[in-house]
Amino acid sequence: MTTRTVKFSIYRFDPEKDAKPYMKDYSVELDSSDRKLLDALVKLKVVDDSVSFRRSCREGVCGSDAMNINGRNGLACITDIDSLKQPIQIRPLPGLPVVRDLIVDMTQFFKQYHSIKPYVVNDTPAPDRERLQSPEDREELNGLYECILCACCSTSCPSFWWNPDKFVGPAGLLAAYRFIADTRDTATNERLDNLEDPYRLFRCHTIMNCVDVCPKELNPTKAIGKIKDLMVKRMA
Amino acid sequence: MAVPVRKFDAVIVGAGGAGLRAALQLSEAGLKTAVLSKVFPTRSHTVAAQGGVSASLGNSEPDHWHWHMYDTVKGSDWLGDQDAIEFMCREAPNVVVELEHFGMPFDRNADGTIYQRPFGGHMSNFGEKPVRRACAAADRTGHAMLHALYQRNVRANTQFFVEWMALDLVRDEQGNVQGVVAMEMETSEVYVFQAKATLFATGGAGRIFASSTNAFINTGDGLGMAARAGIPLEDMEFWQFHPTGVAGAGVLITEGVRGEGGILRNSAGERFMERYAPNAKDLASRDVVSRAMVTEINEGRGCGPNKDHVLLDITHLDPEVIKSKLPGIREISIKFAGVDPIKAPIPVVPTCHYQMGGIPTNYRGEVVVHDQVVSGFYAAGEVACASVHGANRLGTNSLLDLLVFGKSSGNSMIEFIKAAPKDLPPLATADVDRSLARVARLDGQQNGTPVETARAAMQRTMQNHCGVFRFKDMLKEGVEKILEVESMVKTIEIADKSKTFNTARLEALELENLIEVAKATMISAEARTESRGAHVRDDAADTPEHPNGRDDQNWLKHTLWFRDANRLEYKPVNLKPLTVETIALKTRSY
Ligand SMILES: Cc1cc2nc3c(=O)[nH]c(=O)nc-3n(C[C@H](O)[C@H](O)[C@H](O)COP(=O)(O)OP(=O)(O)OC[C@H]3O[C@@H](n4cnc5c(N)ncnc54)[C@H](O)[C@@H]3O)c2cc1C
Ligand code: SF4
Ligand code: SF4
Ligand code: FES
Repeated sequence: MTTRTVKFSIYRFDPEKDAKPYMKDYSVELDSSDRKLLDALVKLKVVDDSVSFRRSCREGVCGSDAMNINGRNGLACITDIDSLKQPIQIRPLPGLPVVRDLIVDMTQFFKQYHSIKPYVVNDTPAPDRERLQSPEDREELNGLYECILCACCSTSCPSFWWNPDKFVGPAGLLAAYRFIADTRDTATNERLDNLEDPYRLFRCHTIMNCVDVCPKELNPTKAIGKIKDLMVKRMA
Repeated sequence: MAVPVRKFDAVIVGAGGAGLRAALQLSEAGLKTAVLSKVFPTRSHTVAAQGGVSASLGNSEPDHWHWHMYDTVKGSDWLGDQDAIEFMCREAPNVVVELEHFGMPFDRNADGTIYQRPFGGHMSNFGEKPVRRACAAADRTGHAMLHALYQRNVRANTQFFVEWMALDLVRDEQGNVQGVVAMEMETSEVYVFQAKATLFATGGAGRIFASSTNAFINTGDGLGMAARAGIPLEDMEFWQFHPTGVAGAGVLITEGVRGEGGILRNSAGERFMERYAPNAKDLASRDVVSRAMVTEINEGRGCGPNKDHVLLDITHLDPEVIKSKLPGIREISIKFAGVDPIKAPIPVVPTCHYQMGGIPTNYRGEVVVHDQVVSGFYAAGEVACASVHGANRLGTNSLLDLLVFGKSSGNSMIEFIKAAPKDLPPLATADVDRSLARVARLDGQQNGTPVETARAAMQRTMQNHCGVFRFKDMLKEGVEKILEVESMVKTIEIADKSKTFNTARLEALELENLIEVAKATMISAEARTESRGAHVRDDAADTPEHPNGRDDQNWLKHTLWFRDANRLEYKPVNLKPLTVETIALKTRSY
């Protein structure tokens, strides 16, 4: 098996012993079967078991291993090592408090997600069978329901950095539109009321960082635009 | 040692599909419930399920729960308990419709009903011809389902303890379950969660093998905790190897690909499944397809420079169908195999996927040792063995299992909690001390074995000695080797001693669970001297007397492995359904 050496510079911080964060250099021996950045981090952890990061599915569906890779947010498990300039600079997602190394405190991110009431609201009595929905109506949910809550988008959004407590952020707004767009949901008006606020929705200045980084190729900006359109329509 | 105690009506360990479905029952009943999870709920491995969830809705063509039951019993190679299987298949349409009402974004037919696709082993009219029974949200059914269940729990105000790892089960002197010891991952603080009823929904343990479709967190914690607390593990020799893991990467390609028309080919381009399963062909049951693939590879008809895989071909499908019905698969294939399946076939190999065995339960989700209910203890989902999957699970029956048994165990817990005394009894401390000692041993270990060394040895041993085809001598040697690995695990050591989000410590604690699962698997497999479902041995070959090597006279029974001295006991299979007639023993062919 052919091996290669890959160089890293990794953000390290353990509040128990480090006064402040620092970058540490590593070089890791990799096999040809180690293709993704997560493979390399797992190998690195064998050598230095104190390097801390979250990971689970290793296939880009659970949203655990979002991090800042050479200045750009992404998932380690689906990022090709060989596409990256070395030394590969790895930092935690920007804008959230760091718990340790690459592990950030996501409380604020989930709080915003929860704030949009992320569930289908429909108080009409449920039929014995499924509620019917046409394939066309169902298609409206494509590009919305696939979000994995990785936070790559919100933590690359300047508006979210400045106002994480007030601005819902791209992930939360994408989710809000997912429920507005669902023909089975009857709470569109309440949902719009909930976002009618100088911060919650309107802090988005269409900078598009979110679209750029989303590992699932979703488009929060477009969803945000659609919510804004509905607001305007409602006022008219 | 004094450990802080938090008290609840119910504690649920695990926030995958099974844990979330159970939590919903309890929260909506207004009971004080704690749900613990090692990861944020939507990161549980249910999120990775692709193909679908089965229910005989009959939205595209006639279907019936009784046919579903027949297929499940047959798929299980008659090792499944027919009462539990009847219960699951009858409940299926209800729980799937309920899930739709919770907001699950199923794909739709033109008439607005839930879209259903064909899947391996799903047949109409008692095995006659393939039927569309798998309800799907593209090829992201698990993701859609897990998020919908989490969302519904947000609505129900379920109390989550996210990034808490349960370490051990707590039982009193009579063996009644009182809760769990758990560690907050961010701080390494240890607490007892005491409750009237405790549910394990901790998912699978596929990480005992070197190559697996399972997530890193699938480390069989529930199994390890149960085994250490004296609860046996049932039918652990039965592991499903999914036919189509991406060669080299292990990432799964759903059977739904074959449901949509995908074909397996060998190096000659031949559709070889026609020889092994003339009727169902590529949609035969998983054990059958996996063995056919390994046979092709072993006989030199594998593909690639090392002739070590076969090809899954969908290049003949309409690219629009691939884009709309299999978008996630296309993404995986491009990212992990480097091929766009619209243009070229995907290299695949059988890969460890699913554990049929687990903590023995009845269909109400109560944990049972032989016929004896363990008071206050419940299990559901992949960690449990009801047993509905027997010796081989049908695709899409696991997501169904999560819904049906998540709900039924939730209901059983509600009943039990309502009948229990209002105040919790005094906490027994023996198990708490045992758990603390485990953590203290790890933190104090010196000159021990690195975690990775022991883990790699375990995974290699399982892969080489307990794979798709099993050999008498290899199993015997495998038992010795896995016991050697166990002694390595007893001295595993970590360098990182920090209290802050110490993932090295968590991985070490996980390995202590994995090794219990590995032992149970190897020892149960070595003892079962027949071939059945996913367990196939060289010394139990296909003969007229024992078709497919199955020996009903001696082995139509469930294995129970006890950690204590690796003792094996057996219990009968329940062949009696709840209301219909027994599905009689028959030779399995597709
Ligand atoms: C790639 C893939 C595709 C699949 N596709 C399908 C399909 O299409 N159809 C189908 O029916 N089945 C499918 N399966 C099988 C099915 O997805 C799983 O069997 C099922 O999702 C398991 O669900 P669960 O709720 O039991 O466990 P999981 O979803 O694995 O959840 C386990 C939970 O337990 C928690 N946990 C574990 N240990 C601890 C601990 N010590 N302390 C605290 N929390 C803990 C975890 O954090 C997690 O929340 C697939 C499986 C895989 C791997
Ligand atoms: S488009 Fe809006 S939400 Fe997206 S990064 Fe820019 S400001 Fe943030
Ligand atoms: S929208 Fe994309 S980047 Fe944002 S959380 Fe969802 S999946 Fe991640
Ligand atoms: S590990 Fe799950 S998204 Fe990367």
